[in-house]
Amino acid sequence: MAFGAFATATSAAEPAARRKSPVALLLLLPGLLYLALFFLVPLLSLVITSLQQPDPLVFGRFENAFRIENYATVLAQYWPQAVRSFGFAALATLFALLIGFPLAYFIGITLRRWPLLQALALVLVIAPFFISFLLRTIAWKQLFSDEGPVVGFLQALAILPGDAAITGSAFAVVFGLTYNFIPFMTLPIYTSLERLDLRYVEAGGDLYASPASTFLRVTLPLAAPGIMSGTLLTFIPAAGDYVNASREFLGSTETAMIGNVIEANFLVLQNFPAAAALSLVLMAAILVLVSVYVKRSGTEDLL
Amino acid sequence: MTNSAVPQRGFAEAGADLELVGITKRFPGFTAIENLDLKIPAGSFFALLGPSGCGKTTTLRLIAGLEDATAGRILIGGKDVTETKAYQRPVNTVFQSYALFPHMTVLENVAFGLRRRRVGGAEALAHEALSLVELDHLSARKPAQLSGGQQQRVALARAVVNRPALLLLDEPLGALDLKLRRQMQIELKHIQSTVGLTFLHVTHDQEEAMTMADTVAVMNKGVIEQMGPPEELYELPHTTFVATFLGQSNLATGAVVTSTGTTVVVDVAGQKVSVPRERTRRHNGEVTVGVRPEKVALHATEPARDANRNVLGPGRVTDVSFSGVSTQYEVTVPALGVFTVFAQNTSIARMHHDGDEVWLSWEVGHTFGLADGDASSPASRFLDDTDTSMIATQRREQLETELEEA
Repeated sequence: MAFGAFATATSAAEPAARRKSPVALLLLLPGLLYLALFFLVPLLSLVITSLQQPDPLVFGRFENAFRIENYATVLAQYWPQAVRSFGFAALATLFALLIGFPLAYFIGITLRRWPLLQALALVLVIAPFFISFLLRTIAWKQLFSDEGPVVGFLQALAILPGDAAITGSAFAVVFGLTYNFIPFMTLPIYTSLERLDLRYVEAGGDLYASPASTFLRVTLPLAAPGIMSGTLLTFIPAAGDYVNASREFLGSTETAMIGNVIEANFLVLQNFPAAAALSLVLMAAILVLVSVYVKRSGTEDLL
Repeated sequence: MTNSAVPQRGFAEAGADLELVGITKRFPGFTAIENLDLKIPAGSFFALLGPSGCGKTTTLRLIAGLEDATAGRILIGGKDVTETKAYQRPVNTVFQSYALFPHMTVLENVAFGLRRRRVGGAEALAHEALSLVELDHLSARKPAQLSGGQQQRVALARAVVNRPALLLLDEPLGALDLKLRRQMQIELKHIQSTVGLTFLHVTHDQEEAMTMADTVAVMNKGVIEQMGPPEELYELPHTTFVATFLGQSNLATGAVVTSTGTTVVVDVAGQKVSVPRERTRRHNGEVTVGVRPEKVALHATEPARDANRNVLGPGRVTDVSFSGVSTQYEVTVPALGVFTVFAQNTSIARMHHDGDEVWLSWEVGHTFGLADGDASSPASRFLDDTDTSMIATQRREQLETELEEA
């Protein structure tokens, strides 16, 4: 859904669409059917659910209605989790960018002269995917646990007080999100930088721009499409993530994000209208944020 | 772009001279430039001419600071810039690939250098530079929306607007059609002479080098073979490479038979060719002598022998091609090979036909003797030469068809 905004924004730069042909429509048909069946129908069902009211006789059953106040209720009740979601996601996106960009630059530009090393480095970026991210997140929980090596080390250095914990803190959740999304940030930026013609960088130097200035004015703008996709690929799933922030993994009740609340409403409290309303709020908020972001950064103009 | 309109702050007041001392550049596996010494006086238009892969672009990149020399020093205006970074050198380059920033408009591209140096009124100056290349009306476009020739002119404006002490041109007119090319050549020459900047122009187009430059250096395999004013290079080439790369030459090799204080006589396949002593680089042993095609006259009957003229023949005309102003004859002389003769079409009647028996003659004073080479047994280097002349011919043909279409 959120990618719809991105796609329309980029297609504006493409030449005018060619005349419609029956073959093209035929080829589009499977995709359209797929979208209708697995996106449009669930979305409608979600909208309908979000407006339902409880059955007065049977607990846990709901009947169709038009209770728009469901939205007001969930927003009033869960706004801290919603704000926290976007805050955590934004932080994780920022940290992933700070780590992913230099990594992508190193692989895409510095290692250009050694294709073998470049391929190896790329494999290393993707390698974590060979293990389920649930396992990896649990591994971090172990590492960060109260008796674990990280806490012990920091306590030994007196950086952390004796009774401090890392798991269950906001730091642990943002750390987990950042860690899990670094490859999603790195790969799109890498594809941008890997194509970057270094002669532009040379031209910058020739025209009196210092290396820092050339980086800011030439390299960074030319890598913008990759940064754009990387941040979107990180921010959108991170905002809805409920694994890192859950109590079973790196979070606690104090770090619950909107994904955790939706999960709880659907699976534990069985308050389906609230869960559906929250899902739609999350979707709408992401859509608005992403469209503003895409418009503001002017990616439509990029080649 | 008048001088008075340009604020002097940050601009070079005049061109600076460039000096290369013992420059060597080695890449893994091969040497691009070998112990190159070069001095280009301030305010001159200097052309570095050579075939592809001769090291001329590497030389340019070393001067611009885009490559580091393996050995040697680079001095601009007497200041040693060998260790200076590219962005600190008073040098601008017009890149062969243009390298226009794709995410900026034409105007932003041209103003880029001025803004980095915080020159006031950068935008107005950029507009002026764009007017100079007749592209001011496209200043709001992105480079991708311009044709190759337009991009090249923007690249030129982007470099010239900075008024660098030294402007480096890396085959800057390659993508222009013939008319624009002429126009830009004149424009470049004009800019160069009014502002007095030093231009270093790298090209493989010998005609462009000769028409534009005050001094031409012919480079081959990382070494400068000969350097001087275009006329001197043309009239008195020192090496086989220069004789054949810069224009065409008829060459023949033979042993010296007599050598007096003024003349050296060479025996080429039984016929005697004299060359003035000061016009030959070698005075004994095997000497390659040559003459330019337009200096040679054709005779239907054997001309009277004369101490001031060299006569070769008889030969047979094997090809005649008429090109309006002149006619080109190919004459095959037994044991000497094919001679090319350019005859001005000053009379209406065509004088020689395919298959005619002819004699060749030219003034002794037009003969030159080379320092190297054996024209009859071409070494491996000739492969490069044919390659380059073919590129040049193809390019010329391409330009001519473009001009016809226009």
